[in-house]
Amino acid sequence: MTAAVLPLARSGAPAVTASAYGLSTGQKIAFLVMIAFIAVAPLGLYPLFVMKVMCFALFACAFGLLIGFTGLLSFGHAAFFGMGAYIAGWTAKSLGLTPELAVLAAGLTGAVLGLLFGLVAIRRAGLQFAMITLALSQLVYFACVQAPFTHGEDGLQDIPRGSVFGLIPLASDTATYIFVAAVFVIGFLVIARIVHSPFGQILKSIRENEARAISLGVETDRYKLAAFVLSAAIAGVAGGTKAIAFGFATLVDVHFVASGEVVLMTLLGGISTLFGPVVGAVIIESLVHFLSRQGSWATVAQGLLFILCVLAFRKGVIGTLAARLKSRL
Amino acid sequence: MMILGYPAALLGSQLLVGLINGAFYALLSLGLAIIFGLLNVINFAHGALFMLGAFVAWGLLNVAGLGYFWALLLAPLIVGLLGAVLERFVISRTYKLDHLYGLLLTFGIALVIEGVFRNLFGTSGLPYPVPPALQGGTNLGFMFLPIYRGWVVLIAVVACLVTWIVVEKTPLGALLRAATEDASLVSAFGVKVPRLLTLTFAAGVALSAFAGVLAAPIYSVNPNMGSSFIIVVFAVVVIGGMGSIMGSVITGFSLGVIESFAKLVYPPGSSMVIFLVMIAVLLARPAGLFGKNA
Repeated sequence: MTAAVLPLARSGAPAVTASAYGLSTGQKIAFLVMIAFIAVAPLGLYPLFVMKVMCFALFACAFGLLIGFTGLLSFGHAAFFGMGAYIAGWTAKSLGLTPELAVLAAGLTGAVLGLLFGLVAIRRAGLQFAMITLALSQLVYFACVQAPFTHGEDGLQDIPRGSVFGLIPLASDTATYIFVAAVFVIGFLVIARIVHSPFGQILKSIRENEARAISLGVETDRYKLAAFVLSAAIAGVAGGTKAIAFGFATLVDVHFVASGEVVLMTLLGGISTLFGPVVGAVIIESLVHFLSRQGSWATVAQGLLFILCVLAFRKGVIGTLAARLKSRL
Repeated sequence: MMILGYPAALLGSQLLVGLINGAFYALLSLGLAIIFGLLNVINFAHGALFMLGAFVAWGLLNVAGLGYFWALLLAPLIVGLLGAVLERFVISRTYKLDHLYGLLLTFGIALVIEGVFRNLFGTSGLPYPVPPALQGGTNLGFMFLPIYRGWVVLIAVVACLVTWIVVEKTPLGALLRAATEDASLVSAFGVKVPRLLTLTFAAGVALSAFAGVLAAPIYSVNPNMGSSFIIVVFAVVVIGGMGSIMGSVITGFSLGVIESFAKLVYPPGSSMVIFLVMIAVLLARPAGLFGKNA
């Protein structure tokens, strides 16, 4: 086994409180701050931008469930996000599904694809796991380039937002904002629940010492597969929500660059923290937003952030804050 | 002449295309495998450094007026030196951490290199001429063989063989293999292991720059030329199983050929076939074709 593990918040015996979702006091406060931010953000910020951030934040949280709480680095998560976007867009446009059903279809797609990826990739650990997931996502990317329903380079355009439950039309940006925020908060709470459940504790034991978990009778491969499927499903939901909110799904979301971006979000925000991926998504999406007119400098900036984070900032923003406050965040 | 319903000339030229792609897969996966064996780092920047090799060749020609054969010599040296600096001052800081950090760090390095080159040169690609000495072609009777393409396959095989001889048959290679098995023990015998690590990384990277120079006249010199290769090469490495040098070479060449024949049978599937082979190998033999253990 490798001695030096990821700098995870190893707080000894996890003090799981009986409170809802097992959130610590610090996490409850952070959660309220986040909700307040989502509520007031559209007053000062461009609502479409905040929606995009929320979609990527949910994507990053789903990814964080794997790297942070199971110890698996997937370098192919864009496949689930991007395919989720395509499937939500296609079902909403061609089958006329309502947005919530389209998003559920996206989640289901993520789960099925995650199961297929997982069954192949779990056969190798560590670095090779990352390489295999990357290669598999490239296979999905090429399939999307060829498949007729994705419309190749043009992407899937003019996806209707429709009406939630067939009743509440998402015609206005305000209604859509509330829809995206609801999906994000529900998804976030699901992840928080998973992390603090007995199942989540077993995942953490695998992350800390897989050999010992096996010796205790845990069938670690099944748990890793389950975590992978859950993470992929939530990533699919995030992609589907993005497609519904913005009306298009393109190859960009399936490309491995998007897989790299979500890794950076989680790393920068703080691996093994609940709120780190959210903060990372805010920072990276802002960076991409402000540098979008500057050609490839956004790519260079992301590369430099990767290098900086690995060499000098492995706890990330929230991890550093959590260490300072001596609280789990 | 027809073989299996295809004209022999077509099969021959597909075989050649396959061997050429295979030569690049072999050279790149060879470097990756050597680096991984000793450093436990999957060098994500390998593709970017391959691209850098091609750009150094372009720069030598257009700025310094030094032609192809000079580039074949100098580009690996220059990129290898850069690799040594990167290893010594940046990558070496991740050795005491989880191995995943090495992957993330080199991914960041790849993004920086490719982003800078996209900003400087755009993405349309720069032409690099086939050197005069290797222009033209020869008729083999059943097919036409462009000399440069034959040269690439030949020189790639030679480079792979030289690497194999250096690693398996020289004292330096013995040291390298010993350090791969147990670095701390080798260090106890007084070998400066950190220097060995730097040298290995530089050599692996030089090999990819060498491949980059070979690639320059075939594909245009393009900032994105490495990233499209590196993921396929990862799949090649997974299929081969990082077991042996010869394993990487054989896997690289055969997958290039398989990919090229897939293009003949079912063109849309040619970009996917290597990944499908990877899935099949992982399901049937998780350790890879030449892997020692799972």
